[in-house]
Amino acid sequence: MTGFETEFTPLQSLAGGVLIGLSAVLLMFFQGRIMGATGILSGLVTGTAPGEKGWRAAMVAGMIAGPLLVMALTGQMPAVEVPVSWPMILAGGFIVGVGVTFGAGCTSGHGVCGNARLSPRSLVATVTFMITCGITVYVIRHVMGG
Amino acid sequence: MRLLSAFIVGLVFGAGIAISGMINPAKVLNFFDIAGTWDPSLIFVMGGALVTTFVGYRVVLRRDAPVIEERFQLPTARDIDARLVGGSAVFGVGWGIAGFCPGAAVPALGSGKAEVAGFVVALLAGLWVARTVRDRQAGKGALA
Repeated sequence: MTGFETEFTPLQSLAGGVLIGLSAVLLMFFQGRIMGATGILSGLVTGTAPGEKGWRAAMVAGMIAGPLLVMALTGQMPAVEVPVSWPMILAGGFIVGVGVTFGAGCTSGHGVCGNARLSPRSLVATVTFMITCGITVYVIRHVMGG
Repeated sequence: MRLLSAFIVGLVFGAGIAISGMINPAKVLNFFDIAGTWDPSLIFVMGGALVTTFVGYRVVLRRDAPVIEERFQLPTARDIDARLVGGSAVFGVGWGIAGFCPGAAVPALGSGKAEVAGFVVALLAGLWVARTVRDRQAGKGALA
């Protein structure tokens, strides 16, 4: 499965990255917590303690509303192009869910927050998932599909 | 206050994911496709997010406590073990297959695309199964 070109967007990407960082800082400021999508979602799915689910649900609602706010302000829905097949979507989703549970975090928790705290665990996790993701994309696009 | 602040945090995060291009799996996969249709934009996402968080955490963590809770809840785990490396390696494989990571898929739900919903359902199933297995292992360990 070959990809198609996407436009190089350094300025938007930098601005969006700053907003992602800002959200992490805001969560630390208000609740004193790490902003990790893995923790937010797994707390929603498997959390049992009282008070665990409400704020996570509110955050997920905000996360979904974020791109819609961008659309309202710019008049354009950001592109979401899925260049892979349904079986890959479903298998990938399940594998990601298992991996981030045992790895205790994903791109937001380890990649942004943990690395910003200079956590060695997060650095190891980030380097590991970046490498295996790169290898996977290479194998799928250039070895299997081409 | 807690719900409102959580919603606002989510809103800023989701807007960042959208503006940065992380919301688009085609762009994410192209970042990793150095041998093909490479798009280096994600370096800028990571750079902007890391610098902002690094500086912001330094300022916020100078406080005695966060605004709403009584204390900061920072991760305390220090071990670099097989579980951390293995789990992260598995996550990377899934990310490379589907092109979504958890934090990008949730905001992408706003696009209304069926594939995104399918990914999130599969992701939640994976989270649930892995959490159940992990908790069962932990329970056994405690008994043994």
